[in-house]
Amino acid sequence: MDAAAVPSGLADPGTDRGGGLLGRPIDRVDGLSKVTGGAPYAFERAPKGAAVAAIVGAPVGAGRVVAIDVAAAAALPGVLAVIVDDPRMPAGQASSGALPQQGTDRIFHYGQPVAIVVAESQQVANEAAALVRVEVTPATGRFDPRGEPVIDEPRIGFLPPVEMGDVDAAMADAAVTVDATYTTPVHFPAALEPHATTAWWDGDRLTLRSSNQVIGAARKTVARALGIEAERVRVLAPYVGGGFGGKTGVGAEAILAAIAAERVGRPVKVALPRRQVAYMTHHRSDTVQRIRLGTDTDGRLRAIAHESVVAQNDQGRFLEPVPFGTLPLYAGEARRFTTGLVRVDLPETGAVRAPGEAVGTFAVECGMDELAERLGINPLELRRINEPPVDPTTGKRFSTRRMIDCYDEGARRFGWPERVPDPGSVREGEWLIGIGMAAALRGNFTVEAQARVVLDEGGRARVECDMTDIGTGTYTILAQVAGEMLGLGLDRVDVVIGDTDLPPTAGSGGSFGANSSASAVVLACEDIRAELARRMNAAPEELAFENGCVRAGGRETPLADLVRGEPIVGRGHTKPGKETEATSQASHGAQFCEVAVNAVTGEVRVRRMLGVFDIGRVLNAKTARSQAIGGMAWGLAYALHEDGVVDVRDGRFVNPDFAEYHVATNADVPQLEAWFVEQVDASANPAGAKGVGELGISGAGAAVVNAIYNATGVRVRDMPVTLDKLLPGLPAV
Amino acid sequence: MHFTINGQRHEADVDLRTSLLDLCREHLGLTGSKKGCDHGQCGACTMLVNGRRINACLSLAVMHQDDEIVTIEGLGQVGNLHPLQDAFVRHDGYQCGYCTPGQICSAVGMLDEQKKGWPSYVSESLTDSELTDAEISERMSGNICRCAAYPNIVDAIREVAGKGDRQPVLEAAKEIGA
Ligand code: FES
Ligand code: FES
Repeated sequence: MDAAAVPSGLADPGTDRGGGLLGRPIDRVDGLSKVTGGAPYAFERAPKGAAVAAIVGAPVGAGRVVAIDVAAAAALPGVLAVIVDDPRMPAGQASSGALPQQGTDRIFHYGQPVAIVVAESQQVANEAAALVRVEVTPATGRFDPRGEPVIDEPRIGFLPPVEMGDVDAAMADAAVTVDATYTTPVHFPAALEPHATTAWWDGDRLTLRSSNQVIGAARKTVARALGIEAERVRVLAPYVGGGFGGKTGVGAEAILAAIAAERVGRPVKVALPRRQVAYMTHHRSDTVQRIRLGTDTDGRLRAIAHESVVAQNDQGRFLEPVPFGTLPLYAGEARRFTTGLVRVDLPETGAVRAPGEAVGTFAVECGMDELAERLGINPLELRRINEPPVDPTTGKRFSTRRMIDCYDEGARRFGWPERVPDPGSVREGEWLIGIGMAAALRGNFTVEAQARVVLDEGGRARVECDMTDIGTGTYTILAQVAGEMLGLGLDRVDVVIGDTDLPPTAGSGGSFGANSSASAVVLACEDIRAELARRMNAAPEELAFENGCVRAGGRETPLADLVRGEPIVGRGHTKPGKETEATSQASHGAQFCEVAVNAVTGEVRVRRMLGVFDIGRVLNAKTARSQAIGGMAWGLAYALHEDGVVDVRDGRFVNPDFAEYHVATNADVPQLEAWFVEQVDASANPAGAKGVGELGISGAGAAVVNAIYNATGVRVRDMPVTLDKLLPGLPAV
Repeated sequence: MHFTINGQRHEADVDLRTSLLDLCREHLGLTGSKKGCDHGQCGACTMLVNGRRINACLSLAVMHQDDEIVTIEGLGQVGNLHPLQDAFVRHDGYQCGYCTPGQICSAVGMLDEQKKGWPSYVSESLTDSELTDAEISERMSGNICRCAAYPNIVDAIREVAGKGDRQPVLEAAKEIGA
C-alpha cells in the first residue's frame, strides 16, 4: 500500500458508524447453509456419473518401486482403471514454488502415492486398492530427525539468518542469563474436512472442485503438473472445511483425480482417508530451539538469540521460519536468529497456522518467563522493559504496535496483579493452581489482490473474486465492506468467491486473506462511487451512501436509478507498496492463562484463558473473536496434547488419526475470552486491517506452559506437557 | 433395501458394505452429514436413529431398514430452523462449518439423554444432573471441531436448553479441576 490514508468510505472505528456494517458482530451470511447441511464441500454435488477413486501409498519409507502388480485389483468387478504408469503422477504435493517429482520410482516417504484405483463405488475402490501389490527395494531411511546432521545454511525457506553484534560476548558480559533448549513435536493441521477433489473434463478443459485455500495458485500449479495452459483449468472451492495451512498447496489427490478423470472419461472424485491425510499432505516440522537471553541487572536485554533446527524431506522447499516472530519482539543489541535443516525421509513439512510463531513463541516466551524468575522481576514487567521503539532487527518504524496496551488491558481484565510469584504455592485441595502469560506476535503480510463489484439495475451489488472462506468469515466480511461502501444492507449484497474464473487474490493463508481481499473490494467500490459521482455531477467526497440511496448537495437518488440499464462494474487492485516496505508490520497481543494441575495424577486442566489483541481494524467483531479463540484453543492443545509421533524404525506415523492424535475436544477448552484494542493500520492496506487468524495461537501455548510452572514449579521444555513429564517433579501431595 | 429418513421412504440398491453415512451421502443425495474420519473418531457424521445419536460412519446401512433416521436436513430447513440451528448461527458456533451438522444432531440427542437423567463422566449424581457448562462440554466431546468453536457451541446449546447466560468466567473456572 503506497498511501497511508484510510479511504473515505470506511468510518473510523470508535466514531459513530451511522448504521455502518463494518466491524459489527454480524452473523455469517453463509451461516444458514452451514447449519442446514446445504453448504457443498469438495466431495459433494459431483457431476452425474462420477466415479470414485482410492490412492495406494508406498509400503516403505525409503527405496525404489520395482513393480506394481495390478492384476487382482483390475479384475475386481466395478473397477474402471488402476493407474500406475502415467508420467505425470506426482510423488508428493505441489505448490506454486515447486512441483514434486513426477513419474518417479523413488520413494521419498512412507505412504507416498504410487497408484490410483478408479471404481464405481468407494467400497470397490477401497477393496481394489488393498489388492494392489507394490514390490519395492527398500533403502535405509533417515527417519529420526534428531539423528541426522544439521545443515546450517539450508538455502530454502524465506527467512535468512540474522547476526547482529556479538551474542557470545554479550552473553558472557550479561548479569543474568538464560540458555535453554526447547522442543516441539510434529504438528498436523488436521482440518476436519479431509483433502478432497472432484475432477472432470469438458473436452480439453479441466474443472476441479477441491478443498483448497489458494485456488488461483492451485490452478497454475495443476496446469504445470499436467503440462497444459492455465487457461484450460478452473478450480472451484465454494466451501472449505478448514485449512490451517494444510490446504495451501495442491495435494497429490487433486492431480491424480484429474489424471484419472481423463483416463476413464468420467468425472472422478477422491477424498483422502484420515490416515492418508497425514502422509499425502504436509505437517509442521518438529523443532529444536535454543534460546539465549542476557540482561543487565535491571532486566534490559543485551543479547537475544533464537537458534532452531527443523526437518524437511528431499522434495520439500519449505523451511519452518521458527524465529520469525522473535525478530521484532524484544530489544537487545546483540541478536542472532537461525534456522538449520535436517533432511529426512518423512512426509513433507509445510506451513501450518502461524508458521514460525506458533512454535517459536513456545521457546522465546517460556525463555522470558525463566528469565523473569531469575531476575526476580514480574514477567509482564520484563516484557514492558524490553518493548522496542522501532523494529530492533530491521530498524524500521512499526506501522502500528499496541503491545503495551495489550499487556495492560490483559493484566487488568485477567487479574494478573493477584499472581502469587512463588511456584507451587496456591492449592485447592489436591489441585495446584497457577497463572502465566506470554506475548503474542504474528508478522503481517500485505499481498496482491483484485476484486470486481457489480452494481446492477436493481441496486444490488455483487462482489466477485477468487478468495476462499475456510471458516474465516470471508463471505460475510466482503459483504460488509461492500455494504458499508455503497450504503447497502447485507440483503442487497451478494458475494461470489471460490472460483478461479473470478478476479485473482492470494487466497487464504498467512492471515492476509480477509484484509487483502477486503482492500480490493474497498477499491472496487471506490471505482463505483467515482462513476456514481460523475453521474450525479458531484465530487466523490460529496457523496453520502445510505439505505440504497446516494446523497449529494441536498439531492437523494436511489442507486438503482443511477445504474440506467447497464450494470456499473468497479474494479479494485491492491498490492504491497512503498509504505509496506518502509514499515515493520505485525499483529500483537498478550495471552493469559490459569491452570489447575492435579498434584496426585499430574493431570492439567486449563481453567481460563484471556487474550487481548491488536489486529488493526476489526472487520467483524464476531468472526474475529471466533478466529482468536480458535487460535487460543490451538495453543492450548499444542501445549498439552498434540504430538505427532514418528516410528523411527520405519518412518511411519504412530498416530495419524483423531483417535491417537489428540486435538482439543470440547471438554478441554474452557470459556475463552478475546478482546481487541482497535486501531486502523493505514500502512497495512486500504482496509486498515491486520491478520487475526494466526495471532491467537501465537504465545497461547507458552502462556499455558508458564502457568503450569507457576502452579507446580516444574519447567517442561519438551512439548507437549504431558503428565509423565510433570509427575517426577511435582511437590508432595 | 428400504429406509425411512427424515420421514421419507427411500429404496436403494447398495453394496452391503455401505455405511449409513455413505448411503445418505452417496446414494440419497443427503450430503449434510459429513465424513471427517470414517472411523467413529470425530462425530461429523452424527445422525439420530430412533431418537438416539450415532456415528453413521460406524454403522452399516443394511442394519437400519426398520429405523427412523433423522439427518441435519430433516432437523430444520432455511425458513424453518430447529432452535439449535438458529442458535449456532447467532452464537457463531462454527467456523468452516464442516463439523456443524454433526454438532447440531449430537446436541439434539445429548439434550434428550440429559433430560432422561443419563449421567455423564462429570455428573455429581448418577440419577439427576444439572446441565452445567462442564456437563455440556463433556457430553459434546465426541464431536471434534478443529476450528475450536467450542465456547460458542456451548453458548448456543446452553441457550436452547434454557439455561440462561454464560456463567461468569471466574466462577466457571473454579469448577474445572476442583
Ligand atoms: S466420520 Fe463418523 S465419526 Fe468421523
Ligand atoms: S467449524 Fe470447522 S471443524 Fe467445526
